[in-house]
Amino acid sequence: MKLRANLIIGGALFALAIVVGLLAPWLAHTDPVMDANLLNAEEPPGWTWWFGTDDQGRDIYSRVLYGARVSLTVGIVSQLINSVIGVALGLSAGYWGGWWDDVVNALTNVMLAIPSLIFALAIMAVLGPGLTSLLIALGLTNWSYTCRIARASALSLRSQGYVQAATVLGYGDLRIMITQLLPNMLGPIVVIATLGMGSAVLSEAALSFLGLGVRPPFPSWGSMLSDARDQITTAPWLSVFPGLAIFLTVLGLNLLGDGLRDILDPQSRSRRA
Amino acid sequence: MTGAPLLEVEDLRIDLDDGSRRVAAAESVSFRIDRGETFGLVGESGCGKSITALALIGLLRPPLSIGAGVIRFDGREIQHLSAAAQRNLRGNRIAMIFQEPMTALNPVSPVGRQIAEMFVLHKGKSWREANQLAVEALGNVRVPAPERRVHDYPHQLSGGMRQRVMIAIALACGPDLLIADEPTTALDVTVQAEIIELMRNLCAERGTAILMISHDLGLVANVCRRVAVMYAGRIVEERGSADIFRAPSHPYTQGLVDSLPRLGSRAALGRNRLKEIAGVVPAISNFPDGCRFNPRCARATDICRTLVPTADFLEAGGLVRCHHHA
Amino acid sequence: MLEPQNGPGEARGDDDLILSVEDLAVHFPLGGGLFGRGRRLLRAVDGVHLKLKRGECLGLVGESGSGKSTVALSILGLVTPTRGRIVLDGQVVTSRPSGDRKALARTVQMVFQDPYASLNPRQTVRRTLEDPLRVHGVTARSEIEDRVATMLRHVGLRPEQADRYPHEFSGGQRQRIGIARALILNPRIVICDEPVSALDVSIRAQIINLLLELKDTLGLSYIMISHDLGVVEHMSDRVAVMYLGRIVENGDWREIFERPAHPYTQALIAAIPDPLHHAPLATTGGDLPNPLNPPNGCAFSPRCRYAEDVCRREPGPVLETRPDGHAVRCWRADEISGRVALALGEEAHR
Repeated sequence: MKLRANLIIGGALFALAIVVGLLAPWLAHTDPVMDANLLNAEEPPGWTWWFGTDDQGRDIYSRVLYGARVSLTVGIVSQLINSVIGVALGLSAGYWGGWWDDVVNALTNVMLAIPSLIFALAIMAVLGPGLTSLLIALGLTNWSYTCRIARASALSLRSQGYVQAATVLGYGDLRIMITQLLPNMLGPIVVIATLGMGSAVLSEAALSFLGLGVRPPFPSWGSMLSDARDQITTAPWLSVFPGLAIFLTVLGLNLLGDGLRDILDPQSRSRRA
Repeated sequence: MTGAPLLEVEDLRIDLDDGSRRVAAAESVSFRIDRGETFGLVGESGCGKSITALALIGLLRPPLSIGAGVIRFDGREIQHLSAAAQRNLRGNRIAMIFQEPMTALNPVSPVGRQIAEMFVLHKGKSWREANQLAVEALGNVRVPAPERRVHDYPHQLSGGMRQRVMIAIALACGPDLLIADEPTTALDVTVQAEIIELMRNLCAERGTAILMISHDLGLVANVCRRVAVMYAGRIVEERGSADIFRAPSHPYTQGLVDSLPRLGSRAALGRNRLKEIAGVVPAISNFPDGCRFNPRCARATDICRTLVPTADFLEAGGLVRCHHHA
Repeated sequence: MLEPQNGPGEARGDDDLILSVEDLAVHFPLGGGLFGRGRRLLRAVDGVHLKLKRGECLGLVGESGSGKSTVALSILGLVTPTRGRIVLDGQVVTSRPSGDRKALARTVQMVFQDPYASLNPRQTVRRTLEDPLRVHGVTARSEIEDRVATMLRHVGLRPEQADRYPHEFSGGQRQRIGIARALILNPRIVICDEPVSALDVSIRAQIINLLLELKDTLGLSYIMISHDLGVVEHMSDRVAVMYLGRIVENGDWREIFERPAHPYTQALIAAIPDPLHHAPLATTGGDLPNPLNPPNGCAFSPRCRYAEDVCRREPGPVLETRPDGHAVRCWRADEISGRVALALGEEAHR
């Protein structure tokens, strides 16, 4: 049996991030926003302040815990939007073909040609900063890979005997797509979604770093990094801990994606005559 | 001298390593093929016939490996030859054609070049000479206008033409043994007839022996002089090909012969319910104890469920592995 | 909408007829540059007439590329005919809106060749059999369960096996599930597309027997597409032989197999290897001609050993029906079948 280390480590890291986010109110030592106390400003990490404090005396440990909520919400929700858009477009394009396929293909190529972060920036500029805008911006700009995969799967699956059988049985197109095609293409789509979540977490960090993310003072890993920019030499812990959180979460998601690919990819499952 | 058989397989066992355990995908496989003889290996998918062929030609790849036994080709044991020695043997003295010529041919190389390559590789010819020989070889397999066809790519040819090219490549170096693994299964019957005749005639002319592997007992019995029937990894019966159809001895062979509708039988005997072989073909991981056909056999008794039958030699020639054979 | 057939259709007077295909043609335009220049026409099916009686099995044989599958797809409503009409159970089904696939589905169903690719790996057998009923308006839980259980018993499976997934079954059992799926809507006609050729040899007899049994118990009519002439002979009442989009011979099974009149039918039968003799196989010479560029005259003439000048001249021979209902498309049919009968007689004499 192949060692599924990446699946286990990746799953554990991602699960840890989710648990931390959910349990933040119980795990945190202080309130991430209200408990500012200038007397404790810029304390280095130690027994009292595990991860140190920032220039307003807020506990970095508590802020990292709460920051997980924003980062994971953005990662999961925006990728969910991307998956739904990508699957809907790709599946229908691959199944129906014809002019609709041409339209979807053109749209996908346009999306792939524009750097998604720039596109998201443009959307944010129109919508203004904030969590909802962030979800919309990242949810609308990263569906092209999912779409490609869904389209290719639909193309190959639609000639399968059971899809023909469903047509012969008088199933409607929508039913065929949802009951016959979708369940059989879920594997690669889940893999892409997992990897996409990782990149969404990074994008959130980047957009927050640029000041377009969640409004201060509420913490997100990206905005914490952004705030820590000026003190990187005097108080490095301000950037190290949120950076480490981003790194571990994205690493976990990528490992999880690779691990899932190993299980779900039909080519890696051996088949003998 | 010439009395020795061309190929001798003795107690060959092929192991399948599925990661956690090792199972014998084929075992106690023994047969011999004389020079210029036609020999058939018949069985259903998973019976071990194709992996036996791959073992002969040194193409078994993990998770499959030779577990035991001897393969003697022209008096020399070849089962443990080095990769280089096996390569030299392949193509030069043992050649093989496959079911689907499209996957066996290189899609980005003209077919003439693929034939010529054999002469360059194994006979040390120059490309110039080899190209000339390739045109000749293509003509020998009755491809019309061979001097133009050598420039075609595989996808430009029909399935029958592709299989002719495969035969031309296989016979290029005048091998002593041609292994044909389901050579006509993907083809229409009229094309099948042509390919079979071509193979049969060319090999007869050159004294090349044929090992033909197929699920089609009727076809193999027509083409080959002797036939071995495999079931679940073991040879259950080996006979002269006319005998195996007229008087099959193993219950499995009898079942096969009886169960298939034969052309003309309805007109002669009326439409009777076909005789079925009950049950299912066992999976490799799930071979039954004793005789592996026993769960499907009407003649099975206690001994069949416990003891592996040994090979009994039949008076009429040939052998059968069954405790209660006819 | 399915509409009752109007006008002087042949189907009307003949109550026995469940399907009639009249002058069916399916042409596919291929390639071509801008504005359709250089566009070529693939005549996959070109003027096919077929009749299927209630309770009958019609064998459809021919090489790949002969158009037999396209005929099947047209009857199933999956391919739009270029010309001609299909009358099913007294109703014209050609040129109807595609929404009527459901009504058609309750009349014609199909058994597929590959029992591995034709079952959805993510659905249990129960789901595979229940969904069609729901789609077609059966809602009562008890009725659905009843019909699924009955159907499973019909095809030789146990109702307890319904909650398993396809990969838990063997090839033969999967084909039984495929047959159950085709029959769950109580269709009148079942198209069997090579139903046993992907199965293990020792399993084929089970499925052939099952299909014949079901035909009688459920009163079905079959169209049996196969390249295995032994299976076709065993199952069919009538046989139609197709070559390059056209029917070249059509008749009672016994006529076709005992007195084949068309040289192509003769070639097909002669190409079957005789297991009892080492006799060389009869060969036909050459491949199927390019359907985009069919030969002049009779399409079989380039491969035919009897071909004469008349055969290569345009236009090709028509399908001529003899008084006994045996139809042949060959200029020299009478001459040739006489000669073959003579040869067969000699062989029998020996």
